[in-house]
Amino acid sequence: MPIDAIDRQIIEATQSGLPLVEQPYVEVAQQIGISEAEVMQRICAMQEKDIIRRIGVVPNHYALGYKANGMTVWDVPDEHIAELGKKIGTLEFVSHCYQRPRFLPEWPYNLFAMVHAGTKEEAMQQVDVIAELLGDMNRQHDVLFSTKILKKTGLRLKSK
Amino acid sequence: MAHHIIQYGTEGTESTVEQRLLNDFQHDFPLSPTPFADMAETLGITEDEVLELLKCKQDEGVISRVGAVFKPNRVGASTLAAMAVEDEKLQQVAEQVSAFESINHNYQREHRFNLWFVITAPDKSALENEIKAIESKTGYTILNLPMVADYHIDLGFDIKWT
Repeated sequence: MPIDAIDRQIIEATQSGLPLVEQPYVEVAQQIGISEAEVMQRICAMQEKDIIRRIGVVPNHYALGYKANGMTVWDVPDEHIAELGKKIGTLEFVSHCYQRPRFLPEWPYNLFAMVHAGTKEEAMQQVDVIAELLGDMNRQHDVLFSTKILKKTGLRLKSK
Repeated sequence: MAHHIIQYGTEGTESTVEQRLLNDFQHDFPLSPTPFADMAETLGITEDEVLELLKCKQDEGVISRVGAVFKPNRVGASTLAAMAVEDEKLQQVAEQVSAFESINHNYQREHRFNLWFVITAPDKSALENEIKAIESKTGYTILNLPMVADYHIDLGFDIKWT
C-alpha cells in the first residue's frame, strides 16, 4: 500500500488546501493528533513516492482567462502511444496527457490531451500543433470543448 | 505559458508582487514550518500581506487552493466517465451526477458524449460500485475511461495577465 491511515488523514485534512495561517502544519498536526514534524515528514515522503505531484499555489485556470478548455482526443497506434504521449505531454499548453482505453465502435480514441487558451481559435491552433507532431500516426481526432462547469472540487477522500 | 514572462513595472509594484506570488510558488513552495513567512521574505512584503493576498485570491477563485496536487490513482481509485444524454434531460442528469460525493469534476462538453465527470473512490471495488450506482440512478450507461498511462510532465501552469 502506498499510503497508510495517517497519510490518509493528512490528505483529508489538507485536500481543500493548507490552512492560511503562519504555521499551517501545526494546525494540521493538531487536527490529527500527531507532531508538526511528522506531518511535514510524511508530506515529504509522499512527494518522494510521487503520490503528491507538487505542493504550492494551485491556480484556477478558468478564472484566469483560459476560457477555451479543450479535451483533445486522438486515435494513435497502441505500439507507438508511449513515445507520442511523451512528446505531447511536454507541450507547454498541455496540462494533462493520458492514455485511456478505447470502446469501439463509439469511442475510438486512446490518447487524451487537455489544452487551454484564451479563445477557441487559439485552442484550435494548439490542436494543429499536436496534429502536426503526430503526423500519420494520427488516424482520427476530435476536440471536446467544455461549455459548462457543473461541479469542480479538489480531491475528495472519504474516510473508510 | 510554462515560461511566461511577467510584464514588470507597468502597473506598479503591487501587481508585480501579486503576480509573483501566484506564479512563482506553484512549484517552489517552501516546505518549512513557516512557508508564508519564507514567501514574504522572497517577495519583500510581510507575512500578513502574503496571507491576506492568498485568502483574497482564494475567495475570488483565482487560485483554487494552496496545497498538494495529487497524482491520479495513487490515492484511491478514479476514472474519467462520460455519458451521452439527450439535451432536454442534460440538466437533470447533470444534477443527479453532481449530487454523488464521489464526483469531483463534472463538465458539459460539445459532443454526442456531452457529460464528462471524474469519479473517485477509496479503492477499485468501491469505484465499480459507484459506477453502477450512478448508472442506476440516472438510467444512462457510463463510458468508463480510466487512466492507463500518464504522459504529462508537470511544469505548472503559468498565469497569463491580460
